[in-house]
Amino acid sequence: MTAVIEVARGAVALAGRPILRDVDLTVHDGEVVALLGANGSGKSTLVKTVVGLLPLSAGDLRLFGTPLGSFGQWGRLGYVPQRSTIGQGIPATVREVVAAGRLARRRPLRPASGSDRRAVRDALEAVGLADRANHPVATLSGGQQQRVLMARTLAGQPDLLVLDEPNAGVDLVSQQAIADTLAERARAGTTIVVVLHELGPFEALIRRTVVMREGRVAYDGPPTSLAASGHDPHCAPSEAAGRMPPMAGLLEEDR
Amino acid sequence: MLDFLSQPFMVRALVAAAVTGLATPAVGTFLVQRRLSLMGDGIGHISVTGVALGLLTGASPTFTAVVVAIVGAVAIELLRASGRASGDVALALIFYGGLAGGLLLVSIGGKGVATLQTYLFGSILSISQGDVWASVALAGVVIGLCLALLPQLFSVSNDEEFAQTTGLPVRFYNVLISVLAAVSVSVAMRTVGLLLVSALLVIPVATAQQFSRGFRRTMFAAMVAGLLASVAGVITSWYADVPPGSSIVLIALLGFTVTAPMGILLQRRRLARMPFEMAEPVDAHTVEEGHQHLHGPGCGHVAVEHGDHVDYIHDGHRHAVHEGHYDEH
Repeated sequence: MTAVIEVARGAVALAGRPILRDVDLTVHDGEVVALLGANGSGKSTLVKTVVGLLPLSAGDLRLFGTPLGSFGQWGRLGYVPQRSTIGQGIPATVREVVAAGRLARRRPLRPASGSDRRAVRDALEAVGLADRANHPVATLSGGQQQRVLMARTLAGQPDLLVLDEPNAGVDLVSQQAIADTLAERARAGTTIVVVLHELGPFEALIRRTVVMREGRVAYDGPPTSLAASGHDPHCAPSEAAGRMPPMAGLLEEDR
Repeated sequence: MLDFLSQPFMVRALVAAAVTGLATPAVGTFLVQRRLSLMGDGIGHISVTGVALGLLTGASPTFTAVVVAIVGAVAIELLRASGRASGDVALALIFYGGLAGGLLLVSIGGKGVATLQTYLFGSILSISQGDVWASVALAGVVIGLCLALLPQLFSVSNDEEFAQTTGLPVRFYNVLISVLAAVSVSVAMRTVGLLLVSALLVIPVATAQQFSRGFRRTMFAAMVAGLLASVAGVITSWYADVPPGSSIVLIALLGFTVTAPMGILLQRRRLARMPFEMAEPVDAHTVEEGHQHLHGPGCGHVAVEHGDHVDYIHDGHRHAVHEGHYDEH
């Protein structure tokens, strides 16, 4: 197995404030990893760093074996941000937004090729919004908008998917649609790192959880029934018990 | 009837107005999306210094205006991107410096404000043959780049962070939008005037986005609206003997005012059909008893998605089909 993401002793400071410290995280080809933790634990900061939006203040980051500074294969990386402002300002159709995800694999000043258009159509079908391609994004529900963000990233046909809370404020139907799409990508061999508040419909998919706490990795291992259900603190599996952080408090905050 | 066409200066003014009306809203679409609607104003103010430099040194004021406007626009973008001043403060700083600098230079040159006025408010009389060619060439560059790089410029304006993760050189495209805005301001200077140029960047876009469903269509519709307003404005200016800047902008505003009620109606119809979120699975049922009407596609009631099913809006209630009756949702 080759390493897709390698963070070694990574630290991130925002405006002088240290947010992440001493983070070691290696994600291998084909792994599906959930990043858990309370609000402010640094999980969103970590994924933004991994996709190159925030600089490391110390440590080392490699994507697909290449140091981030000289990384150029952006088509292999797919980032799905938290539900953002795509519906604001000038109206944009669902297809226009999703086509933006294809730009990683398109060269400027060239018209979209047949395979570009096919990738956009396939991505829309994968999230179940093919019939909405010509609707303005602003008229979609929050959950549907999150699926548009998902489709936009899939249109680039990435080998690594990094998702930041794809089910935050999203209705159950859309949560399930997103989880199904991810399961499909995981079966196809895509590496997936997903920031989650609770596992919910993603539970069946997750083989490894990384729990962040105050900017450090507090737990890294298979999902415990505690992390999975978020309800019963009495049946934590014994093999993880030795490394168990005080997660119960963390997860209760989440709902 | 078309007696104004027998005047060569009117033909020149109409050509200049037409290319201005097409090019300016094309850039304006990206500015509005990036919430930099007033950037055109800032660049217009800086261009006053550029024009004054031209008048002072004897160089072509259009040329010096383009150069100074580009320098100013890039400065605004770099200030904004570095986060040293928020967008609107960065604009304000450069606004005042540009305007004051221009007035100072004109006074030093002894030309007086009268000469400057043709640049501030536009003047169809002052457009030379060379000005027309320059306008056509510059507008052509602006329109060409806006269309050729539309996917990239859209992505950067729509979601800058995401665009960065697809490997787009975000900083380059942001600066490019600023430079295109600067060039279109310099083009519009002779017809609309520097103080009103921002209106032509923004108003046609505001008019177009009331109707259009997509970004590309908004841009094209805004270009058409800008073209119509500019040409009609110059013709009005000929008959009414008013500065073309005022007639162009007022006609553009009239277009917006006339279309606004229709736009609001359209918007309301769209929002009424916006799906409802299904936060929790429905378990408690409130059954609407004795409802005789059969809801279905085309039944006359607005159908709105609600999670995995469809609600029908009926007298302010939401009816959902459930095992032969309707639930209240």
